Amino acid sequence: MLVGGDGEAAAKLLELLVALGEVFGAERLVPVESAHIAGVSYKNLGEAGLEWLVEQADLGARARILATLNPAGMDMEEWEAMGVPPEFAEGQRRVIAAFERMGVEPTCTCTPYLVGHIPKLGSQVAWAESSAVCYVNSVLGARTNRESGPTSLASAVTGLAALYGYRLDENRRPGAVVDVEVGLGSIMEYSALGYLTGKRLGTTVPYYVGLGKPSLESMKTLGAACATSGGIALWHGEGVTPEAKGMEEFTDGLERLSVERADLDEEIARLTQPLGDPLIVLGCPHASLGEMAEIARLVKGRDVGGNLWVFTNRGVYAEAEAAGHVSVIEGAGGRVYRDTCMVVAPVKEMGWREVATNSFKAGHYMANMGLRTRMGSIRELLTEVLR
Amino acid sequence: MRLKGRKVVGGYAEGEALVSADPVSFYGGVDPETGVVVEPGHAVEGECITGKVFVFPTGKGSTVGSYVIYRMSKLGTAPAALVNSETEAIIATGCVISGIPLVDKLDRDPLVEIKSGDLLKVSADEGVVEVVK
Repeated sequence: MLVGGDGEAAAKLLELLVALGEVFGAERLVPVESAHIAGVSYKNLGEAGLEWLVEQADLGARARILATLNPAGMDMEEWEAMGVPPEFAEGQRRVIAAFERMGVEPTCTCTPYLVGHIPKLGSQVAWAESSAVCYVNSVLGARTNRESGPTSLASAVTGLAALYGYRLDENRRPGAVVDVEVGLGSIMEYSALGYLTGKRLGTTVPYYVGLGKPSLESMKTLGAACATSGGIALWHGEGVTPEAKGMEEFTDGLERLSVERADLDEEIARLTQPLGDPLIVLGCPHASLGEMAEIARLVKGRDVGGNLWVFTNRGVYAEAEAAGHVSVIEGAGGRVYRDTCMVVAPVKEMGWREVATNSFKAGHYMANMGLRTRMGSIRELLTEVLR
Repeated sequence: MRLKGRKVVGGYAEGEALVSADPVSFYGGVDPETGVVVEPGHAVEGECITGKVFVFPTGKGSTVGSYVIYRMSKLGTAPAALVNSETEAIIATGCVISGIPLVDKLDRDPLVEIKSGDLLKVSADEGVVEVVK
């Protein structure tokens, strides 16, 4: 028993890691430095998931490494203004309380790397949240598989993970080369590229050539889209990501995928319908300070009449508030919410019908929920669609 | 007849077999309140899995399915044991957190050798499924 003395919860959670390790052919467990835990929104968990979490907390499960939390289904303070039903809010509060009892930091964000949770190159971590998995593996060069809610909690409590998949050198090598034959500009175009990549490659690790000089925001949305249309957990970008240089030698003879402007336009068109007066939703993954600044600049002094919702985390919100961006956006009639997003909030119950966004992850899930969608860059959405 | 495979989650259970040729998503595919398979067009749509040894190829769908298995075990609607051709993370996670025996990778194809209605004895610690008929 590797974690003797830590109680019944730790023993059960260790059993989970061992069983999954056997399923995936892992030879042993390895220590992990941090965890990011998904399965937080009451919309996805329901009573079933909530009961399990409460039981773990009751049995004494406690995080022994840094553990942060994915978004909830609502802003924990402003949920009424969002139109979230009270029964939902009650369930959501109990979920967060259970995690807090287990010593998990209630960051409620899909971008923990924007609030100081930044693993080192080569370190083993256990992260859930498919977009954050892509970011931590690709942009930071730390190592995780696509963990689930239960396994990421198990790793937080035991400090261990089964050694298989993307934790091993040989599985981090690229399986296809993506030649980007178009100069990418907006964050939305990087998102379209990611969406196309996931569709074409499934779970294969892409090696991008011609990505240009993507911003942090472009890389976070690229990975989010890759992980939405496919199951991609890791991508390499020539001249961009930390492990790309060592991967060049493995690109000979790989399948090549060429992406041109028309390919991106096709993806944009697929999630774009003619809309009347859509709600513009930004911040998937959660908006950075840079994105908050751009949004504020584009709506300053205007009246958008409540048709703009921006999602971010508490850390970025505090910085954006200090910089004056929040008051500019709210002064123009836009709304800024924390702790949640359009993907995990109960948007049907909130009355949403038509949305426009710059994120293919958001567009994909909104369309799956039966909403009508439109894709555009932040600039297009705020200057052309929002009048 | 005795089939030998891999233990994923240990324990002993016996029950009537319910065999599905289709993969199973517990999230949306099974009603946790009644234990009935509700996915439209599914091979065992309308069948109740409660107390049965549920035999199917593998899991599919949302990872929330793990919690649905757990919910069923709390409600008393869960199957007695699961037998998969080759299991995956969602089913394995659900069985571990619910304490439901799970065996896979048997030496003979369980979807062919086992018929719905057979009596099965599952000794998961040894990875053994005994078909009593």
